[in-house]
Amino acid sequence: MTSTPDFLGDELGPRGRRRVMQATVVALVVIAAVVVIAVMRFAHKGQLSADLWRPLTKWSVDRFLLGGFVNTLKAAAVAMVLAMVIGALMSLARLDTHRAVGWPAGTYIDFFRALPELLLIFFSFFALPTLGVHPSAFQALVLGLSIYNGAVLGEIFRAGILSLDRGQGEAAAAIGLTHRQSMTAVILPQAARRMAPAIVSQLITLLKDTALGVIIGYDDALRRADNIGSFYNNRLQAYVFVALCYIAVNLVLSRIAHRLEVRQQRRLGAAPIEVAGVEDLAVMGAQASSKV
Amino acid sequence: MDVVLDNFGGYVDATVITVELTLLSFAVAFVVGVLVAAFRVSPVPPLRTVATLWVEALRNTPVIVLMYLFFFGLTKVGVSYSPFVSAVIVLAAYTSTFVAETVRSGINSVSRGQAEAGRALGLTFPQLLVLVVLPQALRTVVAPLGSVFIALIKNSAIAGAFAVLDIFGFSKALLNADAPPIATLVGAAVAYLVLALPAGWGVGFIERRVAIRR
Repeated sequence: MTSTPDFLGDELGPRGRRRVMQATVVALVVIAAVVVIAVMRFAHKGQLSADLWRPLTKWSVDRFLLGGFVNTLKAAAVAMVLAMVIGALMSLARLDTHRAVGWPAGTYIDFFRALPELLLIFFSFFALPTLGVHPSAFQALVLGLSIYNGAVLGEIFRAGILSLDRGQGEAAAAIGLTHRQSMTAVILPQAARRMAPAIVSQLITLLKDTALGVIIGYDDALRRADNIGSFYNNRLQAYVFVALCYIAVNLVLSRIAHRLEVRQQRRLGAAPIEVAGVEDLAVMGAQASSKV
Repeated sequence: MDVVLDNFGGYVDATVITVELTLLSFAVAFVVGVLVAAFRVSPVPPLRTVATLWVEALRNTPVIVLMYLFFFGLTKVGVSYSPFVSAVIVLAAYTSTFVAETVRSGINSVSRGQAEAGRALGLTFPQLLVLVVLPQALRTVVAPLGSVFIALIKNSAIAGAFAVLDIFGFSKALLNADAPPIATLVGAAVAYLVLALPAGWGVGFIERRVAIRR
């Protein structure tokens, strides 16, 4: 991940350097023009006025918004744990030698992985009550997230387990371990390391998707930003604050995922875990395969 | 299930809107994403900085937050379009970051000798990128780009919460009109499956036709 791309190869010659200089000047002028236009537009509409930004420097307002963000983190944390449990059970069931166990698990994974999370959250919140279950917004959000991410993690776990060399399982069988023993003692410990980057990457996606809770009225940062926004008439500013919270946390998490990935590549030389249909994982898979 | 049968035409129309939303957003995201990827690997520092900021800011913000910012925030500075166009802009902007990161990985996977040969022939950076590197890079990332596309189909549902009558928006409207929730939402789920499964096959087909694996 160096700033200069690898394929540029050798140092630029005098003509190349001159072209780069020219392009740099042109780019700076264009960027400056865009920034000036944007700033003027904001200023013209009064959106840069200190009155709109000042509330966000008050601790009471920040505490309120951050409290909403903590609510998001809470829902995400619970959903992560549940999704990991569902994912582990589903992947083990799918790999089970009994068809009667494997087929339903496979169907679960393929079915829920293909659906929008928003639909599952909506289903939990609006459809379950007709069955006599009345989840709170928190519970419905966590349930929807867990069902979907359980399916995605199930696929990650399965891919991780299958990525191991066949010989590992065969060797375990040869020394007389049962299927379960070979899983717990031989396969899973090795698979877990390979899966770590993909899992962290998926947890980032989950954290982002937790923001969907606002649609069913969960008391998260976005909803509180709405409250602040209608009180001080500074919606735009309040949303920017919330966006910055997410960016900060996710940047830290992406760094961790990237570290894990680099370490895995170096130590294990293992291929990345690929699961179709998830954007963060797609990027990670593409990055890893470009380095091999 | 009566609600689905009674509104079958409505579901079909909504599915068409989801398809339009997804295809349009992906087309824009693809163009912007390739451009951003080119910026990120270019030898011009300000372009690299802008591209990095674009990617890191947009991909780390949840789509729903971007929607709120665009729909309710930017109206304050006079930026406002129809819900459909706004949704396309937001989905395309978000998705472009994943396209950019994927394409950049593809660019890094093109062997060094290709770029060196291009340089030896006296190609300028844009020529090198467009004529030599990108055609090879794009073919190596068909599968991940397909994943990004399928993720976009699912993310497009969020537009339904902002007055776009796509599959999700349509079923939400039915719920508001007191339709039975289970049947209504199962109908929506079926519609999404009808889109997502063939999309997966389509990606596999394209991959077999054009992809090269390294």
